[in-house]
Amino acid sequence: MFKVRVIPCLDVKDGRVVKGVNFVDLRDAGDPVEAAIAYDAAGADELTFLDITATHENRGIMLDVVRRTAEACFMPLTVGGGVRTVDDIKTLLRSGADKVSINSAAVSRREFVKEAAEKYGEQCIVVAIDAKRVKRAGGSDRWEIFTHGGRNATGIDAIEYAQEVVSLGAGEILLTSMDRDGTRQGFDLPLTRAIADSVPVPVIASGGVGNLDHLVDGVREGHATGVLAASIFHFGEFTIRQAKDHMVRAGLPMRLDP
Amino acid sequence: MTVAIIDYGSGNLHSAAKAFERAARSMEDPQAIKVTRDPDAVYRADRIVLPGVGAFADCRRGVDAVDGMLEALTEAVRVKARPFFGICVGMQLMATRGKEHVITEGFNWIGGDVVKIEPRDESLKVPHMGWNTLDMVREHPVLERLPLGPKGRHAYFVHSYHLNAANEADVLARADYGGPVTAIVGKDTAIGTQFHPEKSQRFGLALISNFLKWKP
Repeated sequence: MFKVRVIPCLDVKDGRVVKGVNFVDLRDAGDPVEAAIAYDAAGADELTFLDITATHENRGIMLDVVRRTAEACFMPLTVGGGVRTVDDIKTLLRSGADKVSINSAAVSRREFVKEAAEKYGEQCIVVAIDAKRVKRAGGSDRWEIFTHGGRNATGIDAIEYAQEVVSLGAGEILLTSMDRDGTRQGFDLPLTRAIADSVPVPVIASGGVGNLDHLVDGVREGHATGVLAASIFHFGEFTIRQAKDHMVRAGLPMRLDP
Repeated sequence: MTVAIIDYGSGNLHSAAKAFERAARSMEDPQAIKVTRDPDAVYRADRIVLPGVGAFADCRRGVDAVDGMLEALTEAVRVKARPFFGICVGMQLMATRGKEHVITEGFNWIGGDVVKIEPRDESLKVPHMGWNTLDMVREHPVLERLPLGPKGRHAYFVHSYHLNAANEADVLARADYGGPVTAIVGKDTAIGTQFHPEKSQRFGLALISNFLKWKP
């Protein structure tokens, strides 16, 4: 039976793990390779690294982190952050990433998704969408795409954008609610559901997990096929196993392999 | 003993090589894992692994682009009867034809076409991306002591197409994803998995170990 995925996400800056709270305050939480090994042993279904290294010179450090992780962990690894060219994707895949997530570069140039998918296959191209609810005078609210950690509005409708990138070859959507990220109030369920129901590919819900019920809600109410969380796992509040046991009790199919 | 992992420019060889190295380390007879694009090294190897990610036609072009590779591979597997392990698209290439976007010839080691998966349940997304259990169709040495079935271990899949085998005898295991999905094929000295053993944690390493021990 096919199972729901639980995916811890590690934000990595200059080779060290950090966790942004609303993408502002950064805290150092250790060595990403050590964390990856711990999550592998704990039964995480996939791992995501988000490289938030600002300078081009330090990006090589991330490739080393990916390489060392792939040597030690035999589990699926997605890497995102600063992926702008087909060559960036090539070096990440060659270093040991299984999937590469594209964010701003797809917003500024949609064709990049197509080029990437044609070259490496749809299965390894994830498009990361950062969406925020926008009030519209006289109209109903909608979700729009934001870039640069939620600072830059684009005016692009999130649902239309998701459909467009999927038609261009995105094999998965990593959807983050910028309203919920770091709040611990749970996923933006209407957003998650709206996107998940409008595209044929898997949607991973992200942003706002504060307790284990939120993970259940992301799947049941949000129709996500995987749930991504960071701080509830990173700071030892809950283990991956506790999360999965909770989801099993809620009736969701989970992988509990030893 | 050498295990050749064929490098023809497709995707993530690093993970496959590391997983085979890890599995080989825990074995009694040491086996050297070599990533190679040299047809001669493939021809001389004791075991051969063909990984593959991306589209069927691209992978086929990649194999064809290495001068002499297909001949060396065919000779080693079909004539010298060397054990062969195809992974993901590397497994799909064992089929007669691929039907991903365009019709492309496969190696025709296993009769059948590679076709799009079409889950009957509309809530199931394509690609089939994630962990699924396997149901054994036929016993095989590479499946020895692996806990399969609904309560068994999981394998990691990432694909939209699968090998629809013409002969039931060539299928070793299936997964269920709104309908049957071919998960493992096996014929003569060749096996192939649609899923990624190098990404399937302990289960994947156990399967790789079985392959390395297999003496067909």
